[in-house]
Amino acid sequence: MPRLVRGAGHFVMSNISSERVPAFDSRWLPWLLVLPQLLITLVFFIWPAAQAVWQSFLMEDAFGLSTEFVGLENYQLLFTDPGYYKTLWTTVVFSAGVTALSMGLSLTLAVMADQVVRGAQVYKTLLIWPYAVAPAIAGVLWLFMFHPTVGVLAYLLDQLGYEWNHFLNGDQAMLLVIIASAWKQISYNFLFFLAGLQAIPRSLHEAAAIDGAGPLRRFITITFPLLSPTTFFLLVINVVYAFFETFGVIHAVTQGGPGDATRTLVYNVYDDGFVGLDLGGSAAQSVVLMLLVGALTVVQFRYVERRVQY
Amino acid sequence: MVENRFWLNLISHGVLALGVLLVAFPIWIAFVASTYPAQALVTGTVPLWPGDQLLENFGRVLGTGSDSSVGVSVALMLFNSLVMALGIALGKIAISVLAAYAIVFFRFPLRMFCFWLIFMTLMLPVEVRIIPTFQVVADLGMLNSYTGLTLPLIASATATFLLRQFFMTVPPELAEAARVDGAGPIRFLIDILLPLSRTNLAALFVIMFIYGWNQYLWPLLITTSEDYYTVVMGIQRMLAVGDGEVAWNEVMPTTLLAMLPPVGVVLMMQRLFVKGLIETEK
Repeated sequence: MPRLVRGAGHFVMSNISSERVPAFDSRWLPWLLVLPQLLITLVFFIWPAAQAVWQSFLMEDAFGLSTEFVGLENYQLLFTDPGYYKTLWTTVVFSAGVTALSMGLSLTLAVMADQVVRGAQVYKTLLIWPYAVAPAIAGVLWLFMFHPTVGVLAYLLDQLGYEWNHFLNGDQAMLLVIIASAWKQISYNFLFFLAGLQAIPRSLHEAAAIDGAGPLRRFITITFPLLSPTTFFLLVINVVYAFFETFGVIHAVTQGGPGDATRTLVYNVYDDGFVGLDLGGSAAQSVVLMLLVGALTVVQFRYVERRVQY
Repeated sequence: MVENRFWLNLISHGVLALGVLLVAFPIWIAFVASTYPAQALVTGTVPLWPGDQLLENFGRVLGTGSDSSVGVSVALMLFNSLVMALGIALGKIAISVLAAYAIVFFRFPLRMFCFWLIFMTLMLPVEVRIIPTFQVVADLGMLNSYTGLTLPLIASATATFLLRQFFMTVPPELAEAARVDGAGPIRFLIDILLPLSRTNLAALFVIMFIYGWNQYLWPLLITTSEDYYTVVMGIQRMLAVGDGEVAWNEVMPTTLLAMLPPVGVVLMMQRLFVKGLIETEK
């Protein structure tokens, strides 16, 4: 659940030094208390992660009968495979699409909701519920609407003279998974943008309005700069979301196809490992992804916490 | 404001109404599709207004008379999802309360080491380490079981951090006073600290319930027996019919049923949920 990372990071930064006096004294009780979490963390997180690293140095023969240590060969194969770079590029395009579409729509809606005198709360209620919809379900909903033979929107496009068939057309498949993923993320971005907007003092707007700045000018010179910490934070969160949490959308809607048009990095790990049974290669990809998640986490801590611009 | 806000207001409401429609449109379509017999949805013309088969369709997917490709009823899948979501939400909260309590209110050797170990789990979403985690769970004999569905997902750094953050705001004098009055650490946790954290725990519960309910990849991997299918992944199985026709009039009611519980929780506990979400991030 990388989306909740930021709170943790902030907390680590700000509180790690401020040690407090221990309230209770006991030699064994604190160990007993952390034990359940520690055990689960070790068994289901640290151990598999270590396994992934170890497996990435191994290779199985074609029949899965023997395994040998091959050092960095899996990584070598991975980084010389043009298919992997294509997957990386697909992931970048997909993430950029999801982030731009979802954040653009949410910002527009949040600015409007911040403007209205009455009814902001109602709009909020009507806009937040997609947060609770699973990515896979969001995918199925949009798949149904864009289905070439039964979908409402596909039918509409057909009437307009545009042929829609995402089972054959890779670009259309990409567009479909982007729309479904972005739709689900609108509510999350909306909530944070709205909270960010409401934290901007009214008096700033009023002063600017008295000085003759119109609504658009005020947005560009006051709102947007003051909103930049929120925007940057959401940027990282959305990229993490698009990279790791949209597996359900892609698996349920396109299965990475047609061809490899919507095969993202995470889908590739799954497909190579579980369908292709290339355990070493899949493990090497897992390690690369873990490094990527680590890097994104560092970016969050370094830059987001330092308040982008004030 | 100094200017006439009439037009600004009108545009704002217009854009917001459009946004609400855009967000709700897929649900309307899903609802409409749930009210037609199967043939109506494969012949090409797409209805936009509900038909008369609503109860029949919902009744069929919930009962066992479904002719879809999955051999178990959606009612069982919903039950499995509920077990998984509750197990994950309550399990996460339980172990996180204990761990956060130990880290804030005690001093013990390797305390910071434990802290960082738990912290690392934040960086490793299950999607990234799929195969080794699957192997560990398989080795432990947890495939096709409720334990396998919940236990690997309940280690949560997020909940631990949120609670640690909250526990730090509790004045140390409170614990001091409790100790002077003769309350032991367990007593203090149960009688004072937990009641104080009520709102935080509730907000955490909402977020974790949704997280658990919406799991997709994990149940997909570790359930081969249909008896343990959860509803979110079961839908994918209903779609995977190869060259056959997808039974959309059964898939769509299932989709609606699958999103009803988490959406209901969010709407019912909206205030808490928004507070929890924004505060975990802050």
